[in-house]
Amino acid sequence: MDKNHLQRQLEMKRSLLDQGYLDEQFIQLEELEDGDNPNFVEETVTTFYANSARLLQNIEQALGSRPIDFTALDNCMHQFKSSSTSIGATRVKKECTLFMEYCEAANAEGCIRTFRQVKQEHASLKTKLENYFKLARQGGTSAGGHAGRS
Amino acid sequence: MEGNVVVSRRSIDGFGVSPYDPEEAHVLAVDDSLVDRKVIEQLLKISSCKVTAVDSGRRALQFLGLDEEKSSSVSFDGLKVDLIITDYCMPGMTGYELLKKIKESSTFREIPVVIMSSENVLARIDRCLEEGAEDFIVKPVKLSDVKRLKEYMMREVGFGSENNGVIHKRKLQESRDLNSSEPSVTSSTSPSQLSESPSRSPISSPSVPSSIPTPLDSPIRRLKMTNTG
Repeated sequence: MDKNHLQRQLEMKRSLLDQGYLDEQFIQLEELEDGDNPNFVEETVTTFYANSARLLQNIEQALGSRPIDFTALDNCMHQFKSSSTSIGATRVKKECTLFMEYCEAANAEGCIRTFRQVKQEHASLKTKLENYFKLARQGGTSAGGHAGRS
Repeated sequence: MEGNVVVSRRSIDGFGVSPYDPEEAHVLAVDDSLVDRKVIEQLLKISSCKVTAVDSGRRALQFLGLDEEKSSSVSFDGLKVDLIITDYCMPGMTGYELLKKIKESSTFREIPVVIMSSENVLARIDRCLEEGAEDFIVKPVKLSDVKRLKEYMMREVGFGSENNGVIHKRKLQESRDLNSSEPSVTSSTSPSQLSESPSRSPISSPSVPSSIPTPLDSPIRRLKMTNTG
């Protein structure tokens, strides 16, 4: 017998938390869902991914220019890191922090290498969250467990 | 913490004659990040606040009617602002610069201003508090932070900026109990505080009675508890 959707959703979330993909901030966002905003978490995550695509592109371009403007890079990454933090994307945030350290040291190689990791974590989390929200929708609840619009 | 407390505050201050909803405080949130604006908006809505969210210091000043050097006691759409919460790092005008502009304005300097930042740099915190910021919150902002903000909105009204200066000096000089738990005790006492208006004496005394929220706990507590910026 299949476990019910809510159970699977909770287990998936637990797993994402345990593996460090998400942190307490994600839980906080779920607590902000209410009757008026039953899909707040999914909307916020969607906004994050729409927005971050642009930021990552800016960083990509900045990394490609010679000489590299590390200040501009740092500013871009700061913005990206800030939004990653706001949705509780722990692993993404860690790579951002590392990236910014390389920026400060004006270490181009380190930046380029770390940026690959940033993109990887960013993409990986996207897939996992898409699965999570899909599961929530199938169960007839929003991410925060509210009976919401599917 | 119930919205009905705000009603008595409004009648004490006699400030805004424009239409307002006495049940809800109005917060002006400033952040260049779309995601962060969305989150702070929801945090405030959940906490029964009306929110106006703008993406820059410039727009915040425009909303307040300060940008054109016009003097008006309320923002152009007639809503009084009870609190301004702004990100520190923003392109163009930083949150610190916005804070200065607000505190320089005779009309708006009484509005409590709270700074948010993803970095917990002590020098930055000190600079903001010295400039008159009510509090400094290290991101990500939590529901418990917003609950604390409501205390400022209720405490500040009707008291001159002179009080603010004294409060901030005290905040910088005193070392508070860094391990104190959240000041939940204050929310239950704030209604009585309003009717007694004990603001004068507690502020001048060196020790802070529990009826006044101790915002100093917050930036320092966050410093200790936040592991990364």
